[in-house]
Amino acid sequence: MLKYLLKRIFQMFVVLFVVSVIVFCVMSFTGDPVLMIVPPTATDAQIAEARIALGLDRPLWEQYSVFLGNLLRGDLGVSYMFKRPALTLIVERMPATLELVFLSILISLAVALPCGVFAGARPNSPLSRAIMGGSLLGISLPSFWVGILFIFYFAVEKGLLPSSGRGVTGLLFGVPFAFLTWDGFRHIILPAVTLALGTLAMLIRLIRAQIMEVMRQDFIRFARAKGVSWSSLLFSHALKNALVPVVTVFGLQVGSLIAFATVTETIFAWPGMGKLLVDSINTSDRPVIVAYLMIVAAMFVLINFIVDIVYTLIDPRVDLR
Amino acid sequence: MGKKMNAFFRSEFFHNFVRSAGAVSGLLIVVFFLVMVLLGPAWTPQNPYDIASLDLMDAYKPPLWMEGGDPAFVLGTDEQGRDLLSAIVYGSRISLFIGVAVVLLSCVIGTFFGLIAGYFGGRIDSILMRVVDIQLSFPAMLVALFIMAAFGRGLGKLIVALTIVGWVLYARTVRGSVLVERNKEYVDAAKLIGLSPFPIIVRHVLPNVLTPLIVIATIHVGTVILTEATLSYLGVGVPVTEPSLGLLVKNGYDVLFSGLWWSSVFPGVFIMLLVFGINLLGDFLRDEFNPRLK
Amino acid sequence: MSEYLLEVKNLKTCFELFRGTVKAVDGVDFTLKTGEILGIVGESGGGKSVTGFSLLGLIDAPGRITGGEILFRGEDLLKKSEEEMRRIRGKEISMIFQDPMTSLNPLQTIGRQIDEMLALHTDLSSAGRRARILELLNEVGIPTPEDRLDCYPHQFSGGMRQRVVIAIALAANPRLIIADEPTTALDVTVQAQILKLMENLVKKFGSALILVTHDLAVVSEMTHRVVVMYCGKIVEEAPTAELIRAPRHPYTKGLLGSIPRITGVRTPRLPQIPGMAPHLFDLPKGCSFAPRCGYATERCREEVPAMRELSAGRRAACHNPVSTEKRTAGNG
Repeated sequence: MLKYLLKRIFQMFVVLFVVSVIVFCVMSFTGDPVLMIVPPTATDAQIAEARIALGLDRPLWEQYSVFLGNLLRGDLGVSYMFKRPALTLIVERMPATLELVFLSILISLAVALPCGVFAGARPNSPLSRAIMGGSLLGISLPSFWVGILFIFYFAVEKGLLPSSGRGVTGLLFGVPFAFLTWDGFRHIILPAVTLALGTLAMLIRLIRAQIMEVMRQDFIRFARAKGVSWSSLLFSHALKNALVPVVTVFGLQVGSLIAFATVTETIFAWPGMGKLLVDSINTSDRPVIVAYLMIVAAMFVLINFIVDIVYTLIDPRVDLR
Repeated sequence: MGKKMNAFFRSEFFHNFVRSAGAVSGLLIVVFFLVMVLLGPAWTPQNPYDIASLDLMDAYKPPLWMEGGDPAFVLGTDEQGRDLLSAIVYGSRISLFIGVAVVLLSCVIGTFFGLIAGYFGGRIDSILMRVVDIQLSFPAMLVALFIMAAFGRGLGKLIVALTIVGWVLYARTVRGSVLVERNKEYVDAAKLIGLSPFPIIVRHVLPNVLTPLIVIATIHVGTVILTEATLSYLGVGVPVTEPSLGLLVKNGYDVLFSGLWWSSVFPGVFIMLLVFGINLLGDFLRDEFNPRLK
Repeated sequence: MSEYLLEVKNLKTCFELFRGTVKAVDGVDFTLKTGEILGIVGESGGGKSVTGFSLLGLIDAPGRITGGEILFRGEDLLKKSEEEMRRIRGKEISMIFQDPMTSLNPLQTIGRQIDEMLALHTDLSSAGRRARILELLNEVGIPTPEDRLDCYPHQFSGGMRQRVVIAIALAANPRLIIADEPTTALDVTVQAQILKLMENLVKKFGSALILVTHDLAVVSEMTHRVVVMYCGKIVEEAPTAELIRAPRHPYTKGLLGSIPRITGVRTPRLPQIPGMAPHLFDLPKGCSFAPRCGYATERCREEVPAMRELSAGRRAACHNPVSTEKRTAGNG
């Protein structure tokens, strides 16, 4: 077990190293950051001076080793726009994104589990067909457009829910969260539902397919031959077997929720790190983009790691080696 | 040819297709879009990007069925007097073009690397599959967003970025099939008599892998169109001069609060319809080609 | 009450497929007494397994039992509700599947899987069930059962898993056990052990056994009576010893001929039945076996042969049954 953990942790660092190289290279070969920070009226001499000040005159590998050294010390550069450390900017906005993603996960699971299990267990019932039609529509919806429709209907037309911002936040362990206050909760509903839709639809389809796959396996037939009732067949035999592969995909889905949070946050002006990324892309605020990518990459690697561990815990067949 | 057609019409595949409401509507939607996109420029009221044909007098027209609607502009106009329906026809063309181009490129590149990895095995295989695994552990949308952020918007760049995130699907599927095929006896036999089994594998793998590839590719077209729309919505996709459906939604959203709801709602409806139609087809194909579901 | 434990009358099970209706079981009759071991034999696709699953009502769409009666202790199982059948499955009639690698739930310990059967069909307390599980595991020859209770199926070999499956099948003391090719997926050396085990346990528990198999060698060692199926129909039925000594249906003769024998005249080649079983979509007009039969006449190709009683306890559906005298040693 320990050996396996160490091996996986080593792999995590290799992946993060590769990501840092790719991010650094792509960022170095595109655009000239010097032009972003000097005033438009700067002379050539001033530009050259800024270049030296930023260390951009040195060879690439040297620039990278400086970058990597800073990275390891937690220094991801200073935002051109905000004139503050990029890492601080991201970390400040992280709770907003995480609460949005977390609520979306809850919504997706709460809807997808019962719908998916039902559709898989009774594939021919009219309700199952409706669920499947709905979920196919769900994976075909552009989430930004759904967000716009929500804003238009619930905020503009009906005035039921706020359409932008995070509202009043409450403190939990010194960290501000919106869901702690009624106003903040009203603000999070629309973005969370918008963000959840795609994942929810996808999970329904996955869970249904898994249930159907498991239900036609031999051991289910054998359990039927034992006289096991239909419901216990479904819940005590099929469900766990069906959900084991879902765990893997679920990890990927959490990553994808973090990615799509950029879109949702932009639409609903939700002050999370996704909106910060899109704003930084539009203003070419390179240190923030790089910081975001490195932090999100670290999050994904960590999620995959956790998923692997969970997987080994729920499936006795997986051998830790 | 006639005989083959006849056999097709009597096949189980055709029989199931005709009886599946979803598959038939999916096909109808896709055909509708193809016709619209191919013949569209011939019948749209205006070329929305020919500034000369725009008239500011036509601006802010609501859809036909609303008060103040103009029969010349069925879905209304935007703040510059641009006909929304024409913009949608042109936008669908760009969206579909990107979808098809990315899928074709990804399929060719992915199949190539899948064959290489599966056939040679060993080091090449483990390196390639490592790359595939790492890439698949990051959401395609985010990788594409990063590439576009670095290189700037543009139709060609967008196609390249979406291909970079798309080829891995095909590579993994093809590699799996090659591994299955490589262990078969005829390959051993070919080796034994001194033939290079590579051409044989290609001849046997490609037809076998064709069905799963068709399914993946169909669904992938829908995914690409959605991702493209999202990137364009975020302002890192297609350039302003070539607005796809996603960019139309964004442009519409910018004027949503001045009451022009139609200019963001309708392009979105078309995205949804197109992707839904493609997914209906893909869903049917997957069920049909997956023997385990029968 | 009838003298039989099980009486199957004119059982028909069909599968509705795109290419047409397949009569997988087409008018099958047989009987079984308490304690009797019956073999159902035939090539794959002959309807043996479907017959077994039909008895338990485990036929799923697109399959359907379309006719006949299954009288178990005098009651027609086809008239029972799903809930009533559920109480019969496992308790009265249990089943052993072909592949022990797939018939156990991979995510449950084997102790729990045996316990489930006992919890469903007995009134034992949890301590009583545990004692019974250990007893059963001991019975089926699993060493140190206490240590194995909390193992998962993947920690067992194929033969061991089949022993667990047998323990589950026997757990509730059923009156009838249906074993569907119970040893086909196992190593040859393990096959004999498992068969011996089943034979002993069936005797000990006083259950009846239906052994579905394509392997006549297995049948000849274990069963009292044999039913031979071909293309969904029974073509011959006889006490095992008589069937082996003197098959009357040419198909049975063909099946017997393809088993190598140690005694007797050495044959240059092992004879086999020429041709392949016809597809169930397009059965020939007359006797299904006619195209492959060396004895077939014009009548066989035109008219389906009816089942006839040939002698006491022996019947065959053939226009020209093989006469017992004509049989020569050389041709098996």
